[in-house]
This record gives sequence, C-alpha cells and structure tokens, in this order.
Amino acid sequence: MTATVRAPAGPRTATRRRRRAQSTEEKVWGTVRVLTIVFLVLITVVPFWYMVVLSLKPIQQVLLDPGRIWVTGGELTAGAYRAVFRSVDDGGQGFLVFLRNSAIVSVITTAVTLLAAIPGAYAVSRLRFGGRRLISGLFLVVYLFPPMILAIPLFVLFTRLGLRGSLPGLALVYVAQTVPVAIFMLVNYFRTIPESLEEAGLVDGLTHLGVLRRISLPLAAPSVVATGLYVFMIAWNEFLFALLFLLERPDRWTVSLGLSRLAGSIEVPSTVLMAGSVVLTVPIVVLFFLAERQLVEGLTAGGEKG
Amino acid sequence: MTTVSEAAPERAAKRPRRRLSGLRRQESRVGRLLLSPTVLIVLAIVVLPIVWAISLAFQRARLLNIRRVGLVGNYTLDNFQRVLQADGFWSTLWTTVVYTIGGTVGSIGLGLVAALALRRPFRGRGTVRAAMLLPYITPVVAATFVWTVALDPQAGIVNAWGTRLLGWDEAIPFLSTERGHLFGIPVPTALLTVIAFETWRYFPFAFLFLVARMQAIPADLDEAARVDGATVWQRFRAVVWPELTPVIALLALLRFIFTFNKFDDIYLLTGGGAGTEVVSVRVYDFLTARKDVGLAAAQAVVLALVLIGLIVFYLRAQSRADKAAGR
Repeated sequence: MTATVRAPAGPRTATRRRRRAQSTEEKVWGTVRVLTIVFLVLITVVPFWYMVVLSLKPIQQVLLDPGRIWVTGGELTAGAYRAVFRSVDDGGQGFLVFLRNSAIVSVITTAVTLLAAIPGAYAVSRLRFGGRRLISGLFLVVYLFPPMILAIPLFVLFTRLGLRGSLPGLALVYVAQTVPVAIFMLVNYFRTIPESLEEAGLVDGLTHLGVLRRISLPLAAPSVVATGLYVFMIAWNEFLFALLFLLERPDRWTVSLGLSRLAGSIEVPSTVLMAGSVVLTVPIVVLFFLAERQLVEGLTAGGEKG
Repeated sequence: MTTVSEAAPERAAKRPRRRLSGLRRQESRVGRLLLSPTVLIVLAIVVLPIVWAISLAFQRARLLNIRRVGLVGNYTLDNFQRVLQADGFWSTLWTTVVYTIGGTVGSIGLGLVAALALRRPFRGRGTVRAAMLLPYITPVVAATFVWTVALDPQAGIVNAWGTRLLGWDEAIPFLSTERGHLFGIPVPTALLTVIAFETWRYFPFAFLFLVARMQAIPADLDEAARVDGATVWQRFRAVVWPELTPVIALLALLRFIFTFNKFDDIYLLTGGGAGTEVVSVRVYDFLTARKDVGLAAAQAVVLALVLIGLIVFYLRAQSRADKAAGR
C-alpha cells in the first residue's frame, strides 16, 4: 500500500499524459457516481412518497390507475385518515387508542431504561470492579440472542402471571432488550467527558453518585436525550412481543400491532393501510431528524474502532 | 479547574496505602451497586427465560397444561425428535440460510456502494445522507406494508409500470409466487423478494458504519495516490478497501446473526408462505397455531445451536484467513 503511494512522480509530460487519461476514467466514474446517488435517492424516497400519495387519494383512483404516483388537486382527500382515526364504535379503526397505547409503552420503556442505564453506564465507563467483563459478555448475549427463544418462556410466564395484555408488562420486556444497547451508547458518550473534571468533584468531597448527578449527567445531557430517543424508537417500532402479548386485547394494541391487523381483513382498502403507515412512521421520522447527529455518532462509535 | 486537576495526583500519592485499597473497595462496591438494577432486569427477563426455554424444550408442554409444567419435570428428547422429523424442517433451515446470506451480502454490498458514492462532498449531501436512513428507521410494519401495496398484482405500482413500460406479459404476484421464471430460468420469486426487502431495509446500517470508518481514513493518503496517477479503482483497492475490511467483517457477523434470527419482516410480507418459511416463523407457528410450547422451544433451541455453530465456523475461518494474511 505504502509503496503505491510513495512511487516517485515521473517526468512532467508523462504525468500530464497520465492525468489526461485519468480524467476520462474519472469522468466515467463520476457519471457512475451520479447515477448511483440518483438510484439511491429513488429507492429510499419513492416508497415513502408513494405511501403519502396513496394515503391522500380515493381508492377508486388507485385501482383505476395504479401506476400514477402523484395526486391531483381535485382528488385530494383526507378520507383515509378519517377512517383511521375514527373510533371503532363509529366504524373507524380507532388509531387514537393505539397511539395512546404506543405512547404509554414507549415512554415507560424509555424512562425505566434510562434510569437503569445511566448509573450502569457510569459504572462501566469510570469505576473498576470485579465481574465487569462478565457483565459486558452478558449484555452482548442479550444483544445477539434470538428474540424468538425468549418469546416462548416469556409468553408462558406472562400467561401464568396474567400479565398478557398489560402495557407495563410489555414495557418491562422492552427494557430488558434495550438496556444493554443504551448502556453501550452512553458509555461511549461518558468516555468523552474529561476524567479530571470528575476527579475534581471526588476530591471536593462528592460521592460517586454526586459526581454522576452534578458533573457527568449535565455534561452528557444531549447524549442522554439521543439515547432516550433511540430507545423510544425501538419500543415504538417493536412488533413481535406486542403481537405475542397483546393480540387478544384490541383495546391495548400498539400502532404497529393495530396496523398489522388491518391487512388481515379484505374490506380495508390500501389507501387506509397507507394512511395508517403514515401515522405510524411520522413520529419516528420527526424524532430521528431532531437528534440525527448524536444518534449516528453514538451508534457507530464502536465501529470506528474497527 | 486546572489547579485542582494538577493537585489531584499529588494528593493521591500522599494517601496512605491502606486507605487507597479501602477506596478501591468502595469504588468496586459502588460500581456493582450502580449496575445492579440493569443486571437484575437482564437476569430476570433474559437469562432466566433462556434457561427456562431450554428446560421446556425437554418437556411435554402444551399451552393447555402449561400451569403444571415447571423448570424441572420429566425430561425427554421427544420434542427434538419431532422437530427433526417434522415436514419441512430441512427446507426451512435451508431457506433461512439462503435468506440470511442473501440479506447479509445484499445489505453490506449496497451499503458499501452508498458509502463510496457519498464519500466526496457535494451540494445537498447532508440531505441525501439523511434520506438514506429512512428505510432503517421506519417501523417494520409500515415498511412491509408499502412493499406489499406496491407489489400488489392489481393495485400496485410495480406491476402497473412493469406491464405498461417494461412489457411484462402479466402482473407478477411477487410475494405469493414460489417458483417464477426470469429469462426462462426458474427462480424462487418470493424468497428473492424478501431478500431484496432485507437488502433495502438494512443497507443504511452498513452504510452508517462504513461512512464512519471512511471518515477516519487520512485524506492525504488518498490524495497522494491520486497525484501519483493511481486510477479510481486502484485507489479503492489499495487505499480504501484495506481500511474497510475489519468493519466489513464485523458487519457481516452482526448482520448474519440479526438476519438469521429475523421474524417480523417475513411474517409481515409473506406470512412464511411461498417458500419463505424461516425458522423463527416456524417457531411462532408451533407456539400459536399448534399451541405446542415444548415443540416450539425445541425448534428455537435448534435455531440457536445452528446459529452458534455457524458463528464458530465463521470466526475460525476468519482467524485462519487473518493468519494466512500475516495479520
């Protein structure tokens, strides 16, 4: 590698000739690059554009001309959204209840996960104690183990305890799955805080908890928010455990589960499906773009080290 | 602030030895205390259930008699025998492996292409990069629904354009065709479609990691190669690729594990029909449709064992390759 780089530059004319050849080659690659970018934008943006457009059209228009991906002023309608939000008693899909349930589960998950993960991450990043490696290994197992194998005994356990259909019960399962990731992200953030600041606090007579609360936490506040948002997103998007634990209780369904149940019935037109998908997706996209930078940095910090 | 941090080591040096070890002991106690809520939750909701699942795999347990089944019972290998002899065990395993390899290679490949294409700055790069992440952050139910609606034979955009612009003879039901034809060659249409979905949904994950690693490559290295007249391809091979291989190896392992365990995507797209039944979907069916907890647990244990076997094989192969490369 180094050899290629350090190869001595030839005489001037040769360099110039080579540069001209290089430029045609670069032109080709430049075109390939532009085409690639266009292709990537198309495959990432068009599906969401399609989702929004369909949700705003009458179903007859979709069936009449399924290939058209724009909506004309005359046919613009919010009918699909009305059908999605109207309560079940009024013949709608009752998404307001689903939104409330999703919000409850996601908020509980986020709060409990952060409460457990912040002190945990501080301990992992700053304190020396026996069994630290064992615990890291434990977290890795949680992160990588098939969720399906957990689902079976939890399903049995929750059935026995009568916790099936309980939103806090579901949140508890989410907490167990998200705490390790949250600790991993927070450790990366905590490590960027200068250790001397914390030592100064200790010298000034603060306890470790005091240091965490008065020094580390305020400094890491933006990262804590980012981690919280990530946990919120995981809880909001989750499907398998919601399906297993809430299926028999339609009044407890989350948005993901409620939406997935719509597909089963033939009477629900695809415009309503798309309106429901928009309702499910928009909160997550908004939250993500609020904290994009911190989220991306926190998630990839491990990858950078290789 | 500066004065304090300068003074700190001095003070620590003056501290008598015994107190230092006392402090160390205190630090250790505080550390364990701060981690204990997490460890308790993980033990109760993850580790204990795994142990229980393994125990259930060795017992006759159905949802109906579940109240009588405990951690210890009459252990039997019956469930495993039934799992191995059940119709479609091997084909499901094979489907899972094909799906996993396809999804892993596809998502990392597309992620690499995206990372390379967005490497040099251009106007609007930040927006494009943010857009790249859309498939990954979108809730899986919404993402699968867009695909289901778009691929619908009657009302979907793909078949509308395919028949109108690409001259397809007839609409293709992508998600319910087990065997289709492409240029006269028989292909597993539905399986390829779910692999395409996996590639689309997870390429942003690989993209993020690869972009982060690429930013760490010193710019002058690339620039020097350029001045020396190295072609674009040579620069990629000699400068960028060697820097990326460790991340790609890590990504391959992570994506392989996650895809192998995947349930939601296939359950929501095809329900496991048309030759796309993977092991996780089978476990779910055993649990909910057959209400056979023991059988489901045994199938899940087999899933975990196969996965562990494949990971060990991968890590061995990798360390051998590393040795061969003199690393």
